[in-house]
Amino acid sequence: MTSNVVSFLAAAIVAGTPLLFATIGEIITEKVGNLNLGVEGMMLMGAVAGFYVGLKTGNPLLALLAAMACGAVGALIFAVLTVSLRANQVVTGLTLTIFGTGFAGFMGQSLVGEIAPETIKTFFQPVTLPLLGQIPLLGEIFFQQDLFVYFGYLTAVLMGIYLYKTRFGLNLRAIGENPAAADAASVNITLYKYVHILLGGALCGLGGAYLSLVYVPAWAENITAGRGWIAVALVIFAAWNPFKAIVGSYLFGGLDIIGFRIQGTGFAVSQYFLDMLPYLVTMLVLIVVSMKKSQEKAPPKALSVPYFREER
Amino acid sequence: MIRIAKRAKMSKAKSAGIRLLAILLALLTSAVLIVLALSLHPLDVYIALFKGAFGSAYRIREVVESATALTIVSLGITIAFKMQFWNIGGEGQICMGAFFASFLALNFPEMSKPLLLTLMILAGMLGGGLWALIPAYFKAKWRTNETIITLMMNYVALKWLTYLQFGPWKDPNALGFPKIANFADNAILPEVFGVHIGWIFALILVVLVSIFLNHSKKGYEIAVLGESENTALYAGVNIKRTIITAVFISGALCGLTGMIQASAVNNTLSVEISKGIGFTAIITTWLGFLKPAFILVVSILFAALVQGGSFIQTAVGIPQAVAELLQGLILFFVLGCEFFIRYKVVLEKPLFNVRRGTKE
Repeated sequence: MTSNVVSFLAAAIVAGTPLLFATIGEIITEKVGNLNLGVEGMMLMGAVAGFYVGLKTGNPLLALLAAMACGAVGALIFAVLTVSLRANQVVTGLTLTIFGTGFAGFMGQSLVGEIAPETIKTFFQPVTLPLLGQIPLLGEIFFQQDLFVYFGYLTAVLMGIYLYKTRFGLNLRAIGENPAAADAASVNITLYKYVHILLGGALCGLGGAYLSLVYVPAWAENITAGRGWIAVALVIFAAWNPFKAIVGSYLFGGLDIIGFRIQGTGFAVSQYFLDMLPYLVTMLVLIVVSMKKSQEKAPPKALSVPYFREER
Repeated sequence: MIRIAKRAKMSKAKSAGIRLLAILLALLTSAVLIVLALSLHPLDVYIALFKGAFGSAYRIREVVESATALTIVSLGITIAFKMQFWNIGGEGQICMGAFFASFLALNFPEMSKPLLLTLMILAGMLGGGLWALIPAYFKAKWRTNETIITLMMNYVALKWLTYLQFGPWKDPNALGFPKIANFADNAILPEVFGVHIGWIFALILVVLVSIFLNHSKKGYEIAVLGESENTALYAGVNIKRTIITAVFISGALCGLTGMIQASAVNNTLSVEISKGIGFTAIITTWLGFLKPAFILVVSILFAALVQGGSFIQTAVGIPQAVAELLQGLILFFVLGCEFFIRYKVVLEKPLFNVRRGTKE
């Protein structure tokens, strides 16, 4: 029984890792004041680019770089349109999702059914960390994972520190709350927005690459299956805090796989209803969060409001 | 020194020109992509795209059918978008409309045709409307983010149809093949000039929605609420009721499309009923500037693009996703060009040639 629970929790972390990257990416984007609904699209772009490069070169690091670059290119389109050209953020984000889906379909046409090469599979074999991995239960759950998962912990913690403990983080939060004040304090708003929107896109791309290179690990059309949207919801769930995003992502990772597990125990629920679970719980979480509004859990005040110095 | 200044109102011809230029640039960009990624002649691809859409009577009929669906869904989305309610749950609302209508079609095939079809239309609208009502209720009550809720509900609706198709509604006569039984003739919409009657519905709805949005009290309230909630509150608009009504109508139109697709196009219910119409309609809605007449035109063009896209796969051997890519690019360029319609970039010499000190 215990070993079942431990293996379930360890698997939940694996399933939650793509969500974690995407959620952190979107948190950074929203903290700087831009609501990018293109997460699903950027994840797909990263997933296909990472898989393509991984398949052609067999080099895991090149594959990850390609995924980050491709996610960032998607974010760049969004940044040019919403920051420089002042387009509607919601519609631009939606378009990015549609575009990213098309891009992945286009690039991935010849990849359908291909499996990630051995070099990459071995590179992302679970590694037991010295000492930490020996801790009973906790070690098995958290520290006998693959490198990508560890990178996920690291990214979330570093981003949390960056946001709350550095001057750059302070500036970027100021832009999200009150861009006019940040501007008056001579923070370069355009530069900050571009850098962090692109960084957010790169992280979404990584999340996608985890799916195609490690989680599945093969190419399938629409490999993200709505995870990008769940990440957008997780941002609200995590109250724009990277540390809370860790909890949220692994929780939803668990929901993602609970269906298979329950089926395995012979519990008589139709698979299709179990498949609905992550989506239903996402809705529920959003509703509950919106019911009890607290100051602390509010979105950045200038979220999705474009900033024009000339129109103040 | 570069400065950005707001423009005075631009003439219609000039702004139309800029938008046209944006679309041309999108086509040019995708042409470059086609050459680089596929080493094909882009003109060949565009010609194949055009042939695929209008090359034969059959294909033109297909274009009209998908333009019908796109137009009605876009009209529904327009009503929600006008209010800044981001309904991206068109897919789910189509599914649920189709589900409600199919329930009648499968259970009461002996009913007289006009009665059955009327009831199916009403049921379809009810199904889509109720499905949209869920996010609308939470938005009105607690301002719950509707974008994600409507989207999540797409997946739930799709899983629900999958359950029906593979479970209780599976046709026992299909030799184990997971499909739902075909509708009886009574449940299939008649044709007018070789295409199902839905295209007439679409034309009527363009007029009705246009009147509703521009000349009715509710339509005006929706527009005011979309511009500013405070203004609406000040003007005495009942905000909750306006959200609920508008989103119900929005979902009902998507649901109607679901009924039409199930009855006239597929002749049955299946998980492939919505085929991404709910998403493409978001693009057509925005490109049509939330104006019903424009939406009709844009929907026809996009229907041609989608139809042509499925043709180039076989004709030129390139992925159908090119059409999707092209749709995204066109919208990107049009979104971007709005900037040049609203603002102008002024290059000016500084008044005084003061040497600037170092920052701070």
